[in-house]
Amino acid sequence: MAPKRKGHWLKWPVAAATAVACLWLVFNIYATGQAVWAVGALVLFAVGFFVYFANVAFPYRYLFPGLAGMAIFVLFPMLFTMQIGFTNYSSANLLTQERAAAYLLEQMAPGEGEPYAFTLHAEGTGYRIIVAPKQDEEPDAAKAAELQKQTFVTPPLALISPRPPGVIVMLPLAEGSFQPNDPLPLAEVLKRRKVLSELQLKLPDGKVLSYAGVREFGVLEPVWKRNDDGSLTLLKTGQVAKPNPQSGFFEFEGGEKIQPGYKVGIGWGNYARMVNDPEFRGPFFTIFLWTVGFAGLTVLFTLIVGCTLAVLLNWEALPGRTVYRTLLFLPYAVPGFISILVFKGLFNQNFGEINAILDALFGIRPAWFADPFLAKTMILIVNTWLGYPYIMVLCTGLIKAIPSDLYEASAIAGAGPLTNFFRITAPLIIKPLTPLLISSFAFNFNNFVLIWLLTGGRPDFLNTRVPAGTTDILVSYTYRIAFQDSGQNFGLAAAISTVIFFLVALLSMANLRLAKVQADPAK
Amino acid sequence: MPMVTGRNERWRLLAAHAFLWALIALTVFPLLAIISISLRPGNFATGSLIPEQISFEHWKLALGMSYQAADGSLVQPPFPVLRWLWNSVKIAAISAFLIVAISTTAAYAFARLKFRFKSGILNSMLLLQMFPAVLGLVAIYAIFETIGSYVPAIGIETHTGLVLAYLGGVATHIWTIRGYYDTIPVEIEECAKVDGATHWQAFRYVLLPMAVPILVVVFVLAFVGGIIEYPIASVLLRQEHNLTLAVGSQYYLYQQKYLWGDFAAAAVLSGLPITLVFLAAQRWIVSGLTAGGVKG
Repeated sequence: MAPKRKGHWLKWPVAAATAVACLWLVFNIYATGQAVWAVGALVLFAVGFFVYFANVAFPYRYLFPGLAGMAIFVLFPMLFTMQIGFTNYSSANLLTQERAAAYLLEQMAPGEGEPYAFTLHAEGTGYRIIVAPKQDEEPDAAKAAELQKQTFVTPPLALISPRPPGVIVMLPLAEGSFQPNDPLPLAEVLKRRKVLSELQLKLPDGKVLSYAGVREFGVLEPVWKRNDDGSLTLLKTGQVAKPNPQSGFFEFEGGEKIQPGYKVGIGWGNYARMVNDPEFRGPFFTIFLWTVGFAGLTVLFTLIVGCTLAVLLNWEALPGRTVYRTLLFLPYAVPGFISILVFKGLFNQNFGEINAILDALFGIRPAWFADPFLAKTMILIVNTWLGYPYIMVLCTGLIKAIPSDLYEASAIAGAGPLTNFFRITAPLIIKPLTPLLISSFAFNFNNFVLIWLLTGGRPDFLNTRVPAGTTDILVSYTYRIAFQDSGQNFGLAAAISTVIFFLVALLSMANLRLAKVQADPAK
Repeated sequence: MPMVTGRNERWRLLAAHAFLWALIALTVFPLLAIISISLRPGNFATGSLIPEQISFEHWKLALGMSYQAADGSLVQPPFPVLRWLWNSVKIAAISAFLIVAISTTAAYAFARLKFRFKSGILNSMLLLQMFPAVLGLVAIYAIFETIGSYVPAIGIETHTGLVLAYLGGVATHIWTIRGYYDTIPVEIEECAKVDGATHWQAFRYVLLPMAVPILVVVFVLAFVGGIIEYPIASVLLRQEHNLTLAVGSQYYLYQQKYLWGDFAAAAVLSGLPITLVFLAAQRWIVSGLTAGGVKG
C-alpha cells in the first residue's frame, strides 16, 4: 500500500492547467497557419498526457522525457534534414510558394494616377502632412469646396529615420480637429527628404501614396496582379509569370526568373548533382577520400602511440608510472577547442613558436596553412596528440585483464618483449578493441570541430564552383555549403548529410553486430 | 607479475624512461608554451620560450581589466572572457544536471521494467546518436526559430534553448547508466517492494543511492560535453555577450586581428578549471569511458 503523499489533491488542477496551457499554445501555432507544426506539438503533448495518466503506459513514464528529447532534437532534425535533401531549399529559394507570391503582390510602384500636392506642418514636437489633389491653377470657390473634401491629414509623426515599416492611415482634414498652421518652408522639407521617402500614406479609399518629389506624393499601385490559375500578371506590361514547379520560381514565357524563389521538391536532383555534375563530383570524391584517410590514419596513429604507452605503463618494473600516466593523460583533460586553437597559433607560419624552433634548428619555416600536404600533416599531428590518451586508457584496461601467468610462461621460454607483445598482448586485446576503434573511426569521420577550428578546410581548391578545401572533410564541407557558401544551399547540404548519415549508420550497425558476437560467448 | 626477468632489463628500463620523457616533452610542450606566451608582452613577439620579461598585460585583459600600454594609451579587453566562461559553465551545468535526471529514469525503465519495443528502442537510440548534430544544424535552427516565435524564452539567442537542444544527446548516457544498473542485484529492490514500496520509491530510495558513482561519471561527461560543444552553440548564439567559450575563443585568432598573447591568457584562464575538474574526476571517468563514450 502506497503511503498517501501530501499534495495529491493538487494533481488534477495542475494537470488541467497544464493541459489548457498546451492547448492554447497549439491553437496559437495553428492560428498562424503552421498546421504541420501545430499537429506535431499536439501529438507530443497528447502522448505526454497519455503516458502520465494511463496505467498501461507505466514504463514509459520513466522513458518519456528522454525519448521526447531525442525525438525532438535528434530524430526530428534528422528526418527534416532528409526531407530538405529532396528540395531546392537555399537562400535563393527560401520562402514557401504562398509567401513568395504574397511578397510579390505586396510590391508597390508609383503608378499613372494624378499626383497629390503635399505640405508639411509642425505640431508640437511632431509633424503632420496634408495632401490634396494637385491643381495647376488657383481653384474657384466651388472647386475649393470639392478640394476640401479630398484633402487629407496624417496623425502627428516623429519623422525620425529609419522609420518602422507600416502604412500610415490618413483622415479627411475636415473631420479632424487639426487646424492647419503655416506650412514649413521648402528648406525644412528638403532636410527631411530621406524620412519622407520612407513613408507610405493610405487614403480612406484605399489608395497608397509615396513621396514623389519635394512638392508631391504619387499614387502607389501594386506591381503584380494574381490570376485565378495562380499565375501573376505584371501590370505594367501585361506579361504573365507562371509558377514553375521544377525550378521554384515564377517565370515569364521566355524562362526569365523572378526573385524571390520558393521551396519546391526536386526529387533526386541534389543526389543526381553529386554524381553527375563533374564540377561538383571532382572535389566531392577528393574530399571523401581525404575523410576516410584522415579518420583511418588518425585511428592508426593514435592506436600505435596509445598502445605502446599502455604496454610500457603496465610494465611493473618501471618506477614512476603514476606520474607518467597523469602527464600523458593531460591532452585528454584539456578542453578540445582550447588545445585545437593553441595548436592553430603554435603552427602559425610567421608568429608561431613551432616555426620559430624549426627556424632556429634547421632554418626552415614551413607554410603549415598554405600548403595542402603540410596542412594535412599538421591536422594528423594535432589529432594524434588529442586522441592517443583515449586509446591509451582503453588499452591499459584491456591489458590489465590479461592473466599474468601467460607472460610468466613466455619468460621461462625465453621470449623477449616484442614476442610477448605480438604473440600474447596484441591477439588478446585486438578483439575487444575493434568495436571501440570503429567508433573512434566513425567519430573522426565526423570530427567537425577539429577541422573547423584548425584550418576551416583551407587551403581551398582553386577551380571549383562550390567552395571546397583540400583539408575539408565531408561534414565541414557540408557546413560550408549550408552556412558559408554565398549560395547557402541547404538542400544540397542536406542531401550530403543524408549520405554521410547512412555511411555512418552502416558502420555502426556492423559495429553493433561485432560487439554482440563478442559479447555472446562471454556470457 | 612475471618473476623471471631478462638480462637486458636495465638497458630496457633506461630506454623506456628516455622514450617516455621524450613523449611527455612533446605532449606538454604546447601546454607550457601557452602559459609562457600568456606572460610575454605583446601579441606578435616571437621571443624565447622562457619569457625574459614577465608582463601581466594579457592576464589583465582576460580578467576584464584594462591596462596602460607603453605609449600611454589605455587598452580595453577585446572580449568578455569571464562572461563567456560563466555562460559555458552555466549552460553545461544545467544541461548536465537535466541529462543525469532524464537518463537515470530512462535507464531504470530499460534495466528493470518490461515493455514492448525495448530492444528496438535501445538499438535505434545507438544509431540515432551516430547522426552528428552538425549535419542537422539547418533543421535545428528551423526548430528553434519556430519555437521562439511562440515562446520567445526558448528561441534563438537564448541559453534555455541551447540547454534544451543538448537534452537530445542522452542516448549514450542512458546506455552507460543502464549497464551499471545491470550490475546491481535486482533482489534488493524486490525486497523493498515486498515491504510495500512503489516502483518509484524502490527506484528513488533503493537503487538511486547505490548508483551515485555512475551518476557522477555521467554528470562530468555531460558537463565536459556541454563545455566543448561547438556546432549547435555556434548556430543558436550569435551576440557577443551571449556566446559560450567554445564559440567565442576562435575570435582571438582571426587573420585580420591576431591576438595571440591575449588568447593565451584567456585559454589558460578558462581551460585550467575545466582541466582540473577533469583530472580530479579522472578515476571515475576512465571507468565510464571504457563503456563506450568518445570525447572530442
